[in-house]
Amino acid sequence: MVGETLRNLLMIAWLLPLVGFAVEIFGGFWGSRQSRAAAWIAVGCIATGFVCSFSALMIWGNANHWSVLHKADHGSSHESHDGHQGEKGHEEHAPAGHEAPAEKHGAVSSESQYKLTALAAEEAATAHAAGPTVYSGTLYYLARFGSLDLSLDYYIDSLTLVMFTMVTFIATCIHLFAMGYMSEELTEEYVDHHAHLSNGHHVHRPGRFYRFFAFLSLFCFSMLGLVLAGNIFQVFIFWELVGICSFLLIGFYTERKSASNAANKAFIMNRVGDFGFLIGLMVIWTFFGTFRFGETVNGKGEVVQAGLFQLLQRDDTGNVIRDAENGEVSVGAADAAMNPGNARKTIPYFLLVVAGLGVFAGCVGKSAQFPLQTWLPDAMEGPTPVSALVHSATMVAAGVYLVGRFYPMFVQEVLLTIAYVGCITLFMAATIAVVATDIKKVLAYSTISQLGYMMLGLGVFGWGAGLFHLVTHAFFKSLMFLCSGSVIYGCHHEQEMPKMGGLWRKMPITAFTMLVGVIAISGLAIPGLISLSSVFAFSGFFSKDAVVATSLAFVKSNPSHFLLFLMPLLTAGITAFYMFRLWFYTFAGKPRDMHVYDHCHESPLIMTAPLLVLSVLAAFCAVGGEQGPLFLLITGDQPAHVSHGVAAVAGASTLTLPGHDAVHAVHAEAGTYALIAAASGTLIAWLLYGTTMVNVAEMKRQLSGLHGFLVNKWHFDELYDVLFMKPAHIIGKFCTWIDRTIFDGIIHGSARVMIAVSKWDRLFDESVVDGFVNLLGSSTFAVGRSLRVVQTGRLRQYVMFIVVGVVALFAILFTTFPG
Amino acid sequence: MAAGLNAYLLVGAVLFVCGVICMATKRNGIGVLMGVELVLNGANVNFVAFSRYTDLGLDGQIFSLFVIVLAAAEAAVALAIALNFYNNHLTIDVDRANKLKG
Repeated sequence: MVGETLRNLLMIAWLLPLVGFAVEIFGGFWGSRQSRAAAWIAVGCIATGFVCSFSALMIWGNANHWSVLHKADHGSSHESHDGHQGEKGHEEHAPAGHEAPAEKHGAVSSESQYKLTALAAEEAATAHAAGPTVYSGTLYYLARFGSLDLSLDYYIDSLTLVMFTMVTFIATCIHLFAMGYMSEELTEEYVDHHAHLSNGHHVHRPGRFYRFFAFLSLFCFSMLGLVLAGNIFQVFIFWELVGICSFLLIGFYTERKSASNAANKAFIMNRVGDFGFLIGLMVIWTFFGTFRFGETVNGKGEVVQAGLFQLLQRDDTGNVIRDAENGEVSVGAADAAMNPGNARKTIPYFLLVVAGLGVFAGCVGKSAQFPLQTWLPDAMEGPTPVSALVHSATMVAAGVYLVGRFYPMFVQEVLLTIAYVGCITLFMAATIAVVATDIKKVLAYSTISQLGYMMLGLGVFGWGAGLFHLVTHAFFKSLMFLCSGSVIYGCHHEQEMPKMGGLWRKMPITAFTMLVGVIAISGLAIPGLISLSSVFAFSGFFSKDAVVATSLAFVKSNPSHFLLFLMPLLTAGITAFYMFRLWFYTFAGKPRDMHVYDHCHESPLIMTAPLLVLSVLAAFCAVGGEQGPLFLLITGDQPAHVSHGVAAVAGASTLTLPGHDAVHAVHAEAGTYALIAAASGTLIAWLLYGTTMVNVAEMKRQLSGLHGFLVNKWHFDELYDVLFMKPAHIIGKFCTWIDRTIFDGIIHGSARVMIAVSKWDRLFDESVVDGFVNLLGSSTFAVGRSLRVVQTGRLRQYVMFIVVGVVALFAILFTTFPG
Repeated sequence: MAAGLNAYLLVGAVLFVCGVICMATKRNGIGVLMGVELVLNGANVNFVAFSRYTDLGLDGQIFSLFVIVLAAAEAAVALAIALNFYNNHLTIDVDRANKLKG
């Protein structure tokens, strides 16, 4: 019952934006271009979606008696036991015990379609109910090719619900904000001052207000579909849909060359990652035979096939179970128990790594990680609400979400790759952000950097930490993007920070909310304000603290990977530095460009209201830290092997992945380091940009080499230009040469031969064929002409002919047959 | 004495020749038609004579009946033509009827 309710609620939330899109895209056709109707429809759809998602979250919590929130009370040892029981428990009881928990749990599992998978029987019997609760099933069958089932499934656990609520809420705020921001498009003739025609004039075009909201709705639909997806192939479908929406929205000002280039770049970069994703899918399909995360249930409620997450089994140390003889990983012991006829399958270990890396490659593209990070800064060409929704809070978060969702399938080598990729990304992007002067570019690089933190967190086995940071980051980064949008709107599309300054007097709400976001992302905190053992801090502190603590625990058990702790710690300082630099540059100090300053103004209420709402959430959504409700909700259904860590096993893996206990032990230490780093970064930023004590221009001049290197984004664009573009051009030129000389030569030669042959053919036709036909015609004509004289038209002459004819006949008759 | 076959044939031949001469010499359309009648009747006499003096039986006589009927029909058509021709040209001189000249 609960499963059905959740499914219906989330389906409404998911499909409403699609309905909205279908209506809005005809906005210019059905309605006036000056009408805000499309925006209200979009807001209505997504806001209803938020209500549905939030009620789904509440229903889910009530059904489980909010047991996830009480977990913390039991202490960490019991907690790890709970988590361990979760997924494992189900498999132990798979064949016989499957119905047993169902009866004890009453109505919940008696539903045939909806099943509490991974339900621990012992836990279910006790008063405060279950461990992880996952509702999965099939919504719609797309196609069936042999044993390959393509379907739209759903997979609802606490992560899905939190993501749904987060995405719909932020999207609602951004939709409202966009209604103000995009109001310039409410016109029959919009003049685009950034797009020039060849004659030097600006581009004039009809306003596209309705289209913007249609694309936003389509994007929300895709993103929610991705989160709800119950199989990895469905994820891929919505993955591509998200990519398309991103392409449409980045290239919204399609008349601008830079915007259309950026849209292409984003799309192509994502394709590179998706290539890896496809390889991963193929490996998974070949060796696992299913795409579903959860079990496949037939019409009678019988489990016919185990899901991916049950097929790959882990032993007590958290390592995947490998065959003693050849080292291959066994697939589907649970499946074999269910269907005794099925032979036990295995997958070579390296292919498991390949599958993990392949899926991760897709996430690298989507989440703009090194080395595919260059598209995200360029994607700032889109309107600012797009940057807020697509390139900070949701789409780029899809990559992180997928890593989190697909976590049970990742083995140590893949996790280490994820950690290092995240580590490189977070440091590199942060350094570039330090020198960026475009207000949106700073936020873009900070987004990449924070995504790196999430990847790092996931990579060092901080499943909860990475996803925690994902959610908190979504709040404060969308807030900051909207603030920058408000600044850009107020300053009449001026984005360069050197032309701003002192804006807090003109736009106090924006400045204040931006400050909240800056403090949140910087991870500043005041220890001991409320009580000695706790800290008062905004959301970013808690989540970043969780990531840093996990990486410290990881480094303590694997000292050779010390960079995985040092880099994020250093970057925490850099983050605080560049974020406060942005704030001081923009809002504090004296106005640097009086023209901009004089004309700028605070944004209207429809834009500032979402800022205020988001700032409250950015500040307090993570209240309580890792004992707070948000973290516990996210980790409610964490993968079974996460909580107690993974031990190093001789001969198999030399990595020890820290469990919760290990992380807990170093938590205070890591938090102190991170806070010191953040505080010093803030201090330096204040010294450089908040006061006039240090001459920044002079510093820039002396460090011009480093500055140039960073301004050129570590020369990645140039590198890719040399590595990929130039060779492509050279190959293209070579192909052109081959075409021009060899293929064109062959074709031209054959054409010339054809012309010669046709000349001879023509000669033959004209002389022989035509001659014969003409001769026939002219001779017939001549005979007719000569016979004409006989027709005199004189009757009596005809009679004479008859007479002569008769006489002649007689004469012939009598001479030929005499007698 | 009974007249022999040759006598009838002679009469038929005379009629035929008269008819032909009449057709060939008359410029009057009606005269030409009369000539046609003479030729046809010459042929009729031959048919009937052969019917009587050889073992053709009734065949010759039936043929001559057909010829009479056809002659009547032909005369009707020809007179209609002559009438129309007269309406258009105020004459029935066949030499003036040379529109079908090739």
